[in-house]
This record gives sequence, structure tokens and C-alpha cells, in this order.
Amino acid sequence: MERSPSQCTSGAVFGINESMLDIPAVRADFPILEKTMRGKPLVYLDNGATSLKPECVLDAERAYYTDLGANIHRGVYEFSEQATVAYDAVRAQTEAFIHAPDDGHAIFTKSTTESINLVAYGWALKHLKSGDEIVITEIEHHSNFVPWQAVAERTGAVVRFAPVAEDGTLERGGVERTLTGKTRLVAITAMSNVTGYIPPVSEIVAAAHAVGALVLVDGAQYVSHHPVDVAEWGCDFLAFSAHKMCGPTGVGVLYARENVLDSMDPFLFGGDMILKVKKEGTTYAPLPAKFEAGTPNIAGVIGFGAALSYLSNIGLEEIAAHEKELLAYAYERIGSIPGVIVYGPADLANRGGIFSFNIDDVHPHDVGTILDREGIAVRAGFHCAQPLMRVFGVFGTVRASFYVYNTREEVDLLAAGVDAVREIFV
Amino acid sequence: MTIEDELYREIILDNYKSKKNRGSLENATLKSEGANPSCGDELELFVELDGTTIKRATYEGAGCSICCASANMLCDAVSGRGLDEVRDVLRRFKAMLLEGGDADFPDELSDLEAMEGVKQYPVRIKCALLSWSTLELMLRKIEKTPPPGAQ
Repeated sequence: MERSPSQCTSGAVFGINESMLDIPAVRADFPILEKTMRGKPLVYLDNGATSLKPECVLDAERAYYTDLGANIHRGVYEFSEQATVAYDAVRAQTEAFIHAPDDGHAIFTKSTTESINLVAYGWALKHLKSGDEIVITEIEHHSNFVPWQAVAERTGAVVRFAPVAEDGTLERGGVERTLTGKTRLVAITAMSNVTGYIPPVSEIVAAAHAVGALVLVDGAQYVSHHPVDVAEWGCDFLAFSAHKMCGPTGVGVLYARENVLDSMDPFLFGGDMILKVKKEGTTYAPLPAKFEAGTPNIAGVIGFGAALSYLSNIGLEEIAAHEKELLAYAYERIGSIPGVIVYGPADLANRGGIFSFNIDDVHPHDVGTILDREGIAVRAGFHCAQPLMRVFGVFGTVRASFYVYNTREEVDLLAAGVDAVREIFV
Repeated sequence: MTIEDELYREIILDNYKSKKNRGSLENATLKSEGANPSCGDELELFVELDGTTIKRATYEGAGCSICCASANMLCDAVSGRGLDEVRDVLRRFKAMLLEGGDADFPDELSDLEAMEGVKQYPVRIKCALLSWSTLELMLRKIEKTPPPGAQ
């Protein structure tokens, strides 16, 4: 069985010029890109919601079911042993992907949301008390917003908000000014899912650590598009999802270091997370098993391994550069259309490949439906970020979010779609 | 895309842009609010009753063109109609969108048939239905506690 993740990659990632991505070859790795939607070639610009999957990821998932089939950490027979080895190999691969230090662990969950909830239940509910402060921002996705409100409600801790500027960026020094001696946790995104804005994570971590607070980074949008070095960030927690980075749905990751994880309670209890179970009580398994109760998404994790290899073979630097080029082109091509309002900082230096916009006062859902008719998939609405919509004073936006397989031609098609909207509404 | 597009037809755009039924109603006998939390559409429906007849209906709110056009059509369709007739229109409108019922309304209500195009976009059906579901809630409330003057 070919389940070694390293064997799973596009045969032709690089073209003649090795510094350039061979986009047609990349596109050929994604079977769904041959599909039509509403009778038009699929233009998939909803990567912020989930990415498409390359064939090698699908193959790896399938190979687990066809060649191994067994549960992990249980059987004494060969296939179970092999499944265990394959599953744990992806853990090591994940830790290497984010440059985790030696005492850093990747815990598999089902999603970024579950990873953040694991911190909320396992760490925050245990350690926070009345009067403690949690610092978040209005640019967070609801999944890095609502759990902290719930923690505050249960513990008496207070949620404080670092100030956000009109363009959806964090005010310079704003997080620092919001920190106090009572701050215990700062929970911040590494990249806004609405504007693609990338906050200065390292600076925020340094300031938070200076007052003794831990930092959770929501990497759902960032990790899939950029090289990540958690040791350089210095963050205490990093949460992200496989499905936004060419991997299967139903696999999330929580990274943290040993001393932090040791101070946390398990969040899910049951099989696979125990050392000894007696009538008098139970002792928990060591890390990382302590946080992975029950049969995990084995096929998904193995597929995720293939996705990590796939992305690494292409190169995260190259992916980020390609998306930035598409973003700049979208600004030039669509940002210049009369009536189009683009959200986020105009300086693209700290921006990922997300292009959020409105067309005059046309409702984002109308824009989304008209683009759908043209075979273009975008997200329309408030993107699970209602607080940021309030900052912008809008009911929602239309969001095109790019990935490695997107092209300038697709940006042209989006521009034509915007023209079609204006023809109908403006 | 042209103006003949099955969904964004002139009838719908005209109803969307119309200000005729927009705004609150000073003499409203009944008020009801509706929202689609998944997309953020919100509206409030105002109805002035004269006995068992709706004298006038208006709406206020924020939503997409389908939501607002449908609300505008609703206000036109129910104004001047008896409650039993209104219930019948409501039933037929919902059947058109949800149960594959025929879009066959009498001439004076034929605008409503333009909404049938929304069936091609199942996620948008709830936009077209928001005002009608709000009306339905209002009618149920009257059944329980009839307002003064309505026997």
C-alpha cells in the first residue's frame, strides 16, 4: 500500500522556470475543477470556507479503508499496528509542518472550533476566576469569540476588546493598551477570514507574555497559506483545520507545549484517553492521548498527512506569493469598477488572499446568486464575523478567497460577474 | 445576463425598488417581526385591520432584493382583502415555493408568480418566504386572540 504521505504529490508542480508555480499542473491534481456549476466551468473562490481536495488526499483516505481498515491503538494484529503507525506519523508530520519545538504537541480534534473549545473547557474553565481578563478583538471569527463569552459567563472573567480601526486592522499598540495585570489569555486570529488582514502575532505574543498571559492563535485561515513557525511566534496555543488546507473535513489540530497541556483537564472522557480505570477512579493517559478520547477520524488524519505533503512539495512561500498576486490583480481589476467597495487595509503587505467587497448597496446575497449563475462560488453574508460587520457598518460582504489553483482568468470572470450585477441593479 | 433572467426579472426589481409599502404604519392594529438569522435579513410587518379586512399593510427592514420584493408584493396582495382570502393567498404562495404547487394566481395577483424563479435557488427560498412567514405568525396570533372589532 502506498500510504507514505511523501509519495503523494503532484507529478508536475514546477514548470520550466522553477521559481514559478505550474498552475495548470496543480489544477490537474483537483478532480472537482473539471466540473461545471450551473452549466459553467466551476470557478471556486470560496477557499476561506473550505479548500478543494487533490486526488492524492482522496487516495490516501481511501487507501486506509481499502488496505488497513483497522482501529488504532488497540489491536495486536498487523493492520491495526500499521494504522497506528500511519496515524501517529501524521502527528509528527503536523508538528514539523508548524515547526513545533521538541516539547510541542499536535492534538487531533475535529475542527478549529473544537480545538478552541478544548482550550476553553480544558484550560480556561479550570484556571480562570472572577475578575480575570480575556482579550479578544472584533475581527475574530465567531469560533474565537463565542467560547470566550461563554467562559466569562461561567467563571466571572471579563472579556475585553482590543481596538479595531475602520479598515478592520488592529490599532497599533491597541492590544498592548488593552492588556492589564489581570489578563490571563489573549485569543487572536493570525488572519481575518473577512479581510485577509494579518495581525502582528509575534508582537502581540511578546506583549501578552510580558503581563503573564497565554496566547491562543486561531490559525484557521493563515496556516493553509503561509509557512508557520510556532516557536518564532511563541504562541501557547495554535488551532487550525485540515479541510481549509487541502485535507479532509472533520480533522482539526490544537498545538500546545507540554507544560501547558499538562496543566489542562481532558475535555472528552472515555476510551483511548486512560491509563488505568478502576471502580475507585481513573488515571489519564499521557499526552497526547489524554485529549483524544474515542476513535478519531483515522482516515481523515491520514488524508491530512497527504495534504501536508502536497502543500510542502509546492511550497508555502510560493502559495502565499501566488495568492498575493491574485489579490493585487483583483484590486486592480475589480476594485476599480465604479461602485465597488473593498474592505480591509489598502496596504497589501499584511494581507492574505481574501478579497471582500460590496457593490453599491446591492445585498451580498443577490451578488452571490448572480455569480452562482455564472458558475462562480463565493461566500456572501457576514462570514461568522458579525462584530466586524458592525465595525464596517454593513449587513454583509461578498468574499472571494483564493488558493493555489486559482488563476488570473478566474479573477477576470469574477470581474465580468460584478459587471453583470451592476447591469441588473445599478 | 439579461433582464429576462428567470430570477432577477423586472417585476422583482420593480417591487424591490418600490417605496410604496415601505415604512411603519401609524394606525397599525398588528405588528410582527421576522428574521433569517443565517443571512441577517430582518423585517417588521405592519397591518391595519378594519373588522376582518386588511385595510393596509406595510413593511420595514433590511434584506436582499428577493426578501424586499416579496414583502412589497405581500403588502399589495393583502391590502383590501378579507382575512380568509389572505389565508388562501398565503397558502398558495407557500405551496408554489415549497410544495411544487402551480403558480396560478388571479390576474390582480399575477406579480406573485414572478417569485417562482426562486425555486431554482433553494437557499434563497427562505428570503422569499420571510415576510409571508411573518404574516402567518400574525394570523395565528389573531386566531388565538382576535383584536378588538374583529369578530
